[in-house]
Amino acid sequence: MTSQFSRRQVAFTTLLIREIRRFLRIWPQTLLPPAITMTLYFIIFGNLIGSRIGEMGGFSYMEYIAPGIIMMSVINNAYANVASSFYSAKFQSHIEELLVAPVPNYLILAGYVAGGTARGLCVGLIVTIVSLFFTSIEIQHLFITISMVVLSAIMFALGGFINAIYARSFDEISIIPTFILTPMTYLGGVFYSISLLPEFWQNVSLLNPILYMVNAFRFGMLGVSDIAVEIAFSIILVCITALTSFALYLLNKGTGIRN
Amino acid sequence: MKALSIQNLTKTYSNGFAALKEIDLHVEEGDFFALLGPNGAGKSTTIGIITSLVTKTSGSVKVFDTDIDADSELAKSYIGLVPQEFNFNGFEQVKHILVTQAGYYGMPAKVAEPRADELLHQLGLWEKRHTAARALSGGMKRRLMIARALVHKPKLLILDEPTAGVDIELRRSMWTFLENINQQGTTIILTTHYLEEAENLCRNIAIIDKGKIIENTDMKSLLNRLDKETFVLYLQDPIPSDFVLENISHQLIDNTTLEVEINRDDGLNHLFSLLSKQNIEVCSMKNKANRLEELFLSLVEKSEATL
Repeated sequence: MTSQFSRRQVAFTTLLIREIRRFLRIWPQTLLPPAITMTLYFIIFGNLIGSRIGEMGGFSYMEYIAPGIIMMSVINNAYANVASSFYSAKFQSHIEELLVAPVPNYLILAGYVAGGTARGLCVGLIVTIVSLFFTSIEIQHLFITISMVVLSAIMFALGGFINAIYARSFDEISIIPTFILTPMTYLGGVFYSISLLPEFWQNVSLLNPILYMVNAFRFGMLGVSDIAVEIAFSIILVCITALTSFALYLLNKGTGIRN
Repeated sequence: MKALSIQNLTKTYSNGFAALKEIDLHVEEGDFFALLGPNGAGKSTTIGIITSLVTKTSGSVKVFDTDIDADSELAKSYIGLVPQEFNFNGFEQVKHILVTQAGYYGMPAKVAEPRADELLHQLGLWEKRHTAARALSGGMKRRLMIARALVHKPKLLILDEPTAGVDIELRRSMWTFLENINQQGTTIILTTHYLEEAENLCRNIAIIDKGKIIENTDMKSLLNRLDKETFVLYLQDPIPSDFVLENISHQLIDNTTLEVEINRDDGLNHLFSLLSKQNIEVCSMKNKANRLEELFLSLVEKSEATL
């Protein structure tokens, strides 16, 4: 029993290290672009436009958008890492290295999701450091901040995994980020408080899970939020459970990976 | 103990194509076993099912008495696979590929690294250990696949056409390497299109065609069934136009090359005495085809005639 546990532990660590090594090896594609893009967000939205907007939620506009921008980069990178890594493994057939090995499906999922989470957090840290050049950050609730960013990264890494399972071409791993994830992020309260919206659009916004993540993360950092943090945690945990179950179902069925 | 035991294995793909039709196959521990068949016969599907890359429709597969459905982790831990196509990440370094694969089998890095080094030396890849796999030559890529399959010390090694596209010198060195690891106790299952390879290396053989096992026996008995052999004789001088070879089926390819078909029971002495009487001198001779090749073709032809 112990040997099986330690064997699985080694397999998981191996997969995680491989994933981390992959995104570090191609850092100009994985770590550098978000740092540059988010710097531009801070300059354009935070500095140039933000100075004319004034305060939001009792904070300068730059302070207000910083948590949302950090969360946006974490979400996008956690998703993109798993989607591209797992799809590449399918495309080059080296996923077979894992499929023939005694690695249970849940460990394959855990390894890829942990790799995506690692990249999301790594990029989140880089963007946080960048943000310090534009604004000061004082974290109000450390536990909420850290747990929310980790859970959000896990949730979107799971989404990237499911996307990669179904994808049959590289185009199909960019469709969801472009047409679904990005609009949801922009409409998820990164740049504004939903209290500014008419009531109808406030209610529509409540259907967007990213709104809860951004606001709970903002609450952790600044202490202000448009929604109750408990609801945000509940929604994320439900989403993670549902996505994990679905991803495992697809893996056990062999969808997209076994004949 | 049986290294592999397959019973009533069936695979029907979603498009209705029946790749395997209730096949039975047994491989003893320590054997060097050939699984032969024409393209599309079902060899790779069989291997895919044994190694969990393909889902079976019905039947059972046991590896060292462990059912692949009941305890897939244990069954998988016994197997090393060298697939037909290159399937490693070309961007990864050679040594990383080996250490990572060992990790998937639960070997921690401190154990996997010396094991990888040992295989890199044995397979002549040591100098390339820090090279990205995509930069290797075709032969080196094949050797990397063998090293990767062996890194966790499997009890059963399955090689799906391991020497395809490999030059003859490298092919022979791979044969020696495989013979050595078989002598050390690893059971080997080999599929190949080079029938000379199967004849030289394997002790037992199964021939599969159109999803059915049409022959499963030991190599000696199979070769003993060959009742006729065709030889090509290269002659010293142009053959006289009035030469006679009574009761021997023959054909003149050109005036110094003669093809003869000899019954196994007759032997070659009678042929040579006939030639000698007519002052026809033979410089050299060869089998027209590899012996196993002749049998293989006749068995597959027979199978096609009955299907």
